[in-house]
Amino acid sequence: MLIPRVTSRCWRVWQRDAVVWKKTWAIGFLPPLLEPLLYVAAFGLGLGGLIGALAWNGEKLTYLEYLAPGIVGAGVMNAAFFETTYASFVRMYYQKTFDGILATPLSLEEIVTGEVLWGATRSLITAAAMMAALSPFGLLRWPQSLLLLPVAALGGLAFAAFGMVFTGVLPTIEGFNLPVFLVITPMFLFSGTFFPLEQLPLWAQRFAWALPLTHLVHLARSVALGVFPLQLFANAAYLALFGATAYVFGVRAMVKRLIT
Amino acid sequence: MPPVIEAKGLTKRYGELAAVDGISFAVERGTCFGILGPNGAGKTTTIRMAYGFTPLSSGELRVFGLDVTRDLPAIKMRLGVCQQGNTLDPDLSVAENLMVYSRYYGMPRDVALRRAGELLEFIALEGRRDAPVAALSGGLVRRLMLARALINDPELLILDEPTTGLDPQSRHALWERLGELGRRGLTILLTTHYLEEAARLCTRLVIMDHGRILVEGAPRELVREHVGSGVVEVPEPTEQLRAFVRERGLRVDDLGHRLIVYTGEGEELYREITKRFCAGECLLRPATLEDVFLRLTGRDLRE
Repeated sequence: MLIPRVTSRCWRVWQRDAVVWKKTWAIGFLPPLLEPLLYVAAFGLGLGGLIGALAWNGEKLTYLEYLAPGIVGAGVMNAAFFETTYASFVRMYYQKTFDGILATPLSLEEIVTGEVLWGATRSLITAAAMMAALSPFGLLRWPQSLLLLPVAALGGLAFAAFGMVFTGVLPTIEGFNLPVFLVITPMFLFSGTFFPLEQLPLWAQRFAWALPLTHLVHLARSVALGVFPLQLFANAAYLALFGATAYVFGVRAMVKRLIT
Repeated sequence: MPPVIEAKGLTKRYGELAAVDGISFAVERGTCFGILGPNGAGKTTTIRMAYGFTPLSSGELRVFGLDVTRDLPAIKMRLGVCQQGNTLDPDLSVAENLMVYSRYYGMPRDVALRRAGELLEFIALEGRRDAPVAALSGGLVRRLMLARALINDPELLILDEPTTGLDPQSRHALWERLGELGRRGLTILLTTHYLEEAARLCTRLVIMDHGRILVEGAPRELVREHVGSGVVEVPEPTEQLRAFVRERGLRVDDLGHRLIVYTGEGEELYREITKRFCAGECLLRPATLEDVFLRLTGRDLRE
């Protein structure tokens, strides 16, 4: 069966994660509020004056205007990925939370789905906090930037599913260094977050467009600046396909790992 | 009434190894059924198949008359499982752990609140309801795990080594609670290393080894059948004593520095042995399930 059998019971796992998060929410909430401010300070005061205007989609943008939605896109990826890797691994392996839940009517497929939904929710929370921090600087166009929230939900689901694959496959928590250094960090640097991809040689540009974060950043930047070409549907579809594939592999990996 | 659990030819293979090798047993409603065995016997694997944590390799396993390979969510709705380790949420309080768990069963909030209150009283943790679980000692963790396993008011409770690692007070307190639950009609399936626990709690039990069932029966019957009613333990036995037991055709276990003589005759044999052969302390004690266990599964250390 390619598509796992999942009922609405999976939301109970989401709810458990939400209850726990609420207890320490301040710790989770502050970085996405403060991080963009640091970027604004460093790149706005620092690089902004040196770089001058950027051309993007036929418009002239200041460096900060270019950078801000990229930060949101990357933040969405990180929030989801780190939740379904480190946090889920701790729940699975150290706390044995999933073992306990498996004694109830929930299936492992439903647990994994609940965790992915929660990862996407962390992305939503992060995006909302970043939007709140960036908006006072006039870096987001309203009301179009409200669409950053559904974009964050889509990106969050995709990268949460991606994280789950590694949680199912890696034997120890230290193992997450591998995907972080080999995949996440390179994506972060070469996805159009910090500079337009046109700066790269053509072969590198093509490679960058194969990366899911590039599509997420492009979506984020487009809606934040109020630009809606039809191409955006293709970007969203790419992210959705990436997420769906990761989800199927993630569920398989987790079942193989825990149900023996 | 059909048995609460029915296993027929239940098998679990890991590659070449049969961790559970074609076992059959039935657990009747309202009884406490024990699965005993040395490490690696297949006890935990067997009960994990009963709550769907481990898929069967072959055979049949029915709980509440339902097939575990097809109707698992319906079975788990009526089941409570208290696992061996600590699977509580360390970030939540005692009461919150019960409430969160109730949601997996889709219990309405007011029902869950009432039930949680009753359970906290039952395990005497009412005063610690807001305590963070990470701060609880081993005994309290076990009691909370037991309470959590009962949140959905199950018809069957599965316990995997419920008192391993507990201090005597906690162990006895848990036995009291389990006895009370049994009196209220709960069916219990448990695995344990503590023969005293099995003898005290179980209506019937099986002793497993290498994935197979060696014996099945009520604790007292098993003791009578396999060991007798009394045991004389002789430290530093002499050759004369060994000759004596050979002559009399008595059942013994010769452990070198210790000779164990199984008797059925009460005190006379003990007095005779003491008078003729015991320089030091010979001990007469009632035969226990542990004697049955060690006779059947041996005294060697397992890997």
